[in-house]
Amino acid sequence: MNPEIKSYFPILNQEINGHPLVYLDSAATSQKPTQVIEALKEYYEFDNSNVHRGVHTLGNRATEKYEGAREKVQQFINASSTQEIVFLRGTTTAINLVAQSYGRANVEEGDEIVITYMEHHSNIIPWQQLAKERGAVLKYIELEEDGTISLENVRAAITDRTKIVSMVYVSNVLGTMNPVKEVAKIAHEHGAVMMVDGAQAAPHLKIDVQDLDCDFFAFSGHKMVGPTGIGVLYGKKHLLEAMEPVEFGGEMIDFVGLYDSTWKELPWKFEGGTPIIAGAVGLAAAIDFLQEIGLDEIEKHEHHMAAIAMDKMSAIEGLEIYGPKDPAKRAGIVTFNLKEVHPHDVATVLDMSGIAVRAGHHCAQPLMKWLDVTATARASFYLYNDESDIDRLVEGLRSAKEYFSDVF
Amino acid sequence: MSFNNLDQLYRQVIMDHYKTPRNKGALEQDSVNIEMNNPTCGDRIQLTLQVEDGIVKDAKFDGEGCSISMASASMMTQAVKGKDVDAALKLSEIFSDMMLGKEYDDSVDLGDIEALQGVSKFPARIKCATLAWKAMEKGVHEEEKS
Repeated sequence: MNPEIKSYFPILNQEINGHPLVYLDSAATSQKPTQVIEALKEYYEFDNSNVHRGVHTLGNRATEKYEGAREKVQQFINASSTQEIVFLRGTTTAINLVAQSYGRANVEEGDEIVITYMEHHSNIIPWQQLAKERGAVLKYIELEEDGTISLENVRAAITDRTKIVSMVYVSNVLGTMNPVKEVAKIAHEHGAVMMVDGAQAAPHLKIDVQDLDCDFFAFSGHKMVGPTGIGVLYGKKHLLEAMEPVEFGGEMIDFVGLYDSTWKELPWKFEGGTPIIAGAVGLAAAIDFLQEIGLDEIEKHEHHMAAIAMDKMSAIEGLEIYGPKDPAKRAGIVTFNLKEVHPHDVATVLDMSGIAVRAGHHCAQPLMKWLDVTATARASFYLYNDESDIDRLVEGLRSAKEYFSDVF
Repeated sequence: MSFNNLDQLYRQVIMDHYKTPRNKGALEQDSVNIEMNNPTCGDRIQLTLQVEDGIVKDAKFDGEGCSISMASASMMTQAVKGKDVDAALKLSEIFSDMMLGKEYDDSVDLGDIEALQGVSKFPARIKCATLAWKAMEKGVHEEEKS
C-alpha cells in the first residue's frame, strides 16, 4: 500500500494524549480523506439545492450530483440498474426497511427467518420484531469452533418454511468472511430470499451483487471513508417493485388525492422526504477514492495487516484472539482479550498512548454469549494503517499488561 | 512510557478493591435485588440490599466489568452499610458531583471513595464508576415504595 495514503486523512495527523494518533477503530467508523471532505464542502458552497423539483439551475445541478452518485453506487456493487439502488440513512435503516416491507408482506405464522450467531444487533432485532409480529420462528445458524460458518449447518437450518435468510458478509467482531454466495444458493433452493449485511464488507472487498445473487444487500457510507448518515439498500428490481414503502411524505409520491395516493417509481418511492443529498455526494467521492486505490489492493492490504497483527499479538503471553486463526479467512479485524485485564482497562491504557481501539460487546451480545465473554477489545485496520501502527499497538498492549501486573 | 495520567485513574486503593472486593456475593432473605447493566459496554451488576427501619443493614454485589466498575461497587457497598437511607442517597449525590467534576460537599468523610476522583478526567469511564451507585439508588427507592 502506498505510504502516502495516510497523508490524505488530515485527522490522523494529530497527537492524542501526547502521542501520534494510531486509529484502529475503523470497523466502528472510518476516517475521511481530504477528497471526501472537499466534495462535501464544494457541494455546499456551489451546488446546494433541493433535488427533483426545482426548475432553476442549482436544483438541476444538485439533482445531477445526487443521481450521479446513484450511478456510481450501481457500478460499485455491479447492480443491473440504478432503480435497484435506494439511498437510506445506513445499514440499520436498510435492514429495517426490508423487514418491515418485504417481511410483513411475505412472512406468515409458522414461517422461518434464519440468521446466525455472529450478527450485529442491527441484523437481529428487526427480525426478532418481525417474528414476534407475524408469529414466525427466528432460527440461528450455529458457528464452528473457529467462528466460521459451515454450509452443512446452513443446510440444516434452512427449510421450505424459511422465507428470509439474512447474514453478515464480514463479521464486525470475528472478522470472518462468510460464504454468502453459497448461502444465497441454498436459500433460493428453498424459495427464500437472501439478505446480506455488507456494512463491514463494502469498505474492504470488491462487491458484485449479481455474482453473489443475493436479493438484498445493505451497507453504510461512513465505514468506507464516506460521511455518516448515508447508506444503501440494494434490492433486486422485481422484489423492490412489489414492496410497499415504509415512509410516506414528500418526494416519494406520484399523485396525492384526498384519501388515496400513488407512489413514484423505483427507487424514489422508498426515499420519502428531502433525500440525503450531501451524503450521497460524499459517498460518490468516497467510492472514487477507494476505486482509485483499488478494492483488490485494499483487500490484500487488510489480509496482510491481519496476518502481521495476529502474529505479533499472539506473541504476547495471555493474549487471546477470537475468530478464525487463518488470516485468509478474515478481514482486517482482530478481536482479543488480555488475560486478567478487562478490555475497558486495556482501551484506556492504549488511549493514554494515543491508540484508539474499541472495547465492549460490539453490538453483538449473542456472539459475546457464544464466545462466553462479556466484553472484548477490538483493533480494526483500514487502508491508512501500516505496520508501524501494529508495532505501536503491540507495545501498548505490553505496557498495559505490565502496568496491571505491577499494580497487582 | 510514562503513565502518570493512568496512575490518577488506577490508584492502589482502586486496584485493591478490584482484586479483593468487599461484600461480594448475594444476600439471601428479605433483601431488595437490583440488576443493572451498562448497555454500551456490557458491565453488569447485581446488588442486594437489606434495608430495615430506614437503615441499610447490609449490602452485597456480584457482577462483571472493568476494574473501575467493580472497585466502585465494592467501595459503594462498604460505604453505605450501616448508613440511613438519606445518608446513603446523599453520598450518592456527592459521588455523582465528584464524577461530573463539580464542586462537592467535602464535609462528609468519603473514605476509599475519594480514590475514584481521578475517573472524572476520563469521560468514557464515568459510567463504569456510577453503575453501582445507580443500582443502590434504585434499590433504596424500590424499598421505599414497598
